[in-house]
Amino acid sequence: MNTDFYITSYCNIKNNQMSLNGSLLFSDESSSFLEFIRSAYKSENTKYPKFFKMDNLSKLAFMAADVLLKNESLNTEGENNIAIVFSNKSSSLDTDRKHQESIQNKETYYPSPAVFVYTLPNICIGEISIKYKLYSENSFFIFDNFNADHLFAYSNSLLSDNKAESVLCGWVEFDDENNYEAFLYLVSKTGTLKHTKQNIITLYTR
Amino acid sequence: MSNIFVSHNNIVSSLGFTSESVVQNIHNEVSGLQFIDDPNILPEPCYTSLVHTEKLQTEFNILNPQKEYTRLEQMMITSLNKVILSSQIDINNRVGLIVSTTKGNVDALDNNSPFPKERAYLSELGKQIKDFFGFKHEAIVVSNACVSGILAVAIAKRYISQGIYDHVFITSGDVITEFILSGFNSFQALSNEPCKPYDKNRTGINIGEVAASVLVSKDDKNAPEEAVRILGEGSCNDANHISGPSRTGEGLFRSMKSAFNQAAISTNDIDYISAHGTATLFNDEMETIAFNRMQLEQVPLNSLKGYFGHSLGASGLVETIVGMHALKNNTLHKSLGFESLGVTKPINIITKTTEKKLQTFLKTASGFGGCNTAVIFQKNK
Repeated sequence: MNTDFYITSYCNIKNNQMSLNGSLLFSDESSSFLEFIRSAYKSENTKYPKFFKMDNLSKLAFMAADVLLKNESLNTEGENNIAIVFSNKSSSLDTDRKHQESIQNKETYYPSPAVFVYTLPNICIGEISIKYKLYSENSFFIFDNFNADHLFAYSNSLLSDNKAESVLCGWVEFDDENNYEAFLYLVSKTGTLKHTKQNIITLYTR
Repeated sequence: MSNIFVSHNNIVSSLGFTSESVVQNIHNEVSGLQFIDDPNILPEPCYTSLVHTEKLQTEFNILNPQKEYTRLEQMMITSLNKVILSSQIDINNRVGLIVSTTKGNVDALDNNSPFPKERAYLSELGKQIKDFFGFKHEAIVVSNACVSGILAVAIAKRYISQGIYDHVFITSGDVITEFILSGFNSFQALSNEPCKPYDKNRTGINIGEVAASVLVSKDDKNAPEEAVRILGEGSCNDANHISGPSRTGEGLFRSMKSAFNQAAISTNDIDYISAHGTATLFNDEMETIAFNRMQLEQVPLNSLKGYFGHSLGASGLVETIVGMHALKNNTLHKSLGFESLGVTKPINIITKTTEKKLQTFLKTASGFGGCNTAVIFQKNK
């Protein structure tokens, strides 16, 4: 299906590298994920203490969204109708495992609400919505692999039904330290790079 | 307004294994909530609602399964099978599958589970359901906290209106696990009494397990009498707090506004609201504020949590199905557990099951992550 929508920017975080629109912003290849994402946060000079309370998936999604949206020079006084459509394979399993660990043995049973709240994948959407005051459409989907067909169709639907002015969408996956990846892109009604399945895949695999 | 319908439907729950039997029990004010005191699930006693295990196995075994399935898969397959059969739809390339759940097979993470830990991946759950019925496309798994069940209906509609599918089957479910109960208990949100949504003596949430399935279709041919047209939908975020509802009901208010704009009807056209009503102070208050902002405070409203508890990712769908049958039967069902108003603004809670001519209803849900969904449905016949 042909549409009149455009991909206006994109962000990739993987292999301890973070880039915006194809240019490297930050890399720190020797460190763990946690050290890397904290250094990335510092390198962006993001002042948002809530970041440190977030679980790994939310830290990852938040950073990707933050570098992308910061670059959009949004009017944060007014309203921005940006929908959020995220997907991944491992849902919130990284944090699920932590909660499971806290209840596995009755001798050391100590479930914590601060952990449990992150046992839902869409919490990272909530974190981004809070930071950018996005009172907009949001949904989290799970697929075995990156699914451009789905993201393409769902973004088109939100834009053509005027449910949103633009859509922040993509893949935010955190299974463990060695298996994480974020690819977010912004689809809008104006721009130069056409919103097509092929373009989504090209940017994802770049 | 759309020409997209919620059609054939099924509920597998403590109150029965068909929508009709469940609705009959609700009509008779029968609750599926029960007291449990099982240290393997929770150190303290609580109220919950459970699917009858032997009945589930009997019904599931009739389907002649060729391998082992988890309890949740058994519930979803049993439920979805009935919907596929009654719809008489051939599973071809134009038919999609949505699976909605919050935690899926998370119990596979337990060291004592007979299933491998990989079974806890939600895409694996989607694959089990897809393969059992031979769907042609990968399952679309929706995991958006407690709005998942009703959001799945909005997503199905959007897929059909984009021309990608003609028919979408949705199955939704969550099971009672130590994982879930221990988590809600750590929030001190669980009640050790049957829940009392909107009541001033409320004591918190009951979590329950349910599987519910529907067909969403662009076609109302062969549709059952309770089929409804989807008039409009919206799903907006509070942008306020990850675990606490907004004090102004912002996301729910905006979700309803979005749904009403699309439906092109006025709030006066709503005959009934099937609300979320989890029976926590903050949720009930937030909804009340949002309904008042929409000037919906006069519309008869209930929460069905007193019948099934809160069935998480399935709750929005099971409550939609009950709402469809309420329209067909022209019946407003009592909001079980409610006695005296425990919110700060007026809302019209249904205190007695009564007959009333019904045409249109609004379903709402809210969840962690600040998510909210509202969908408006209208009687088709």
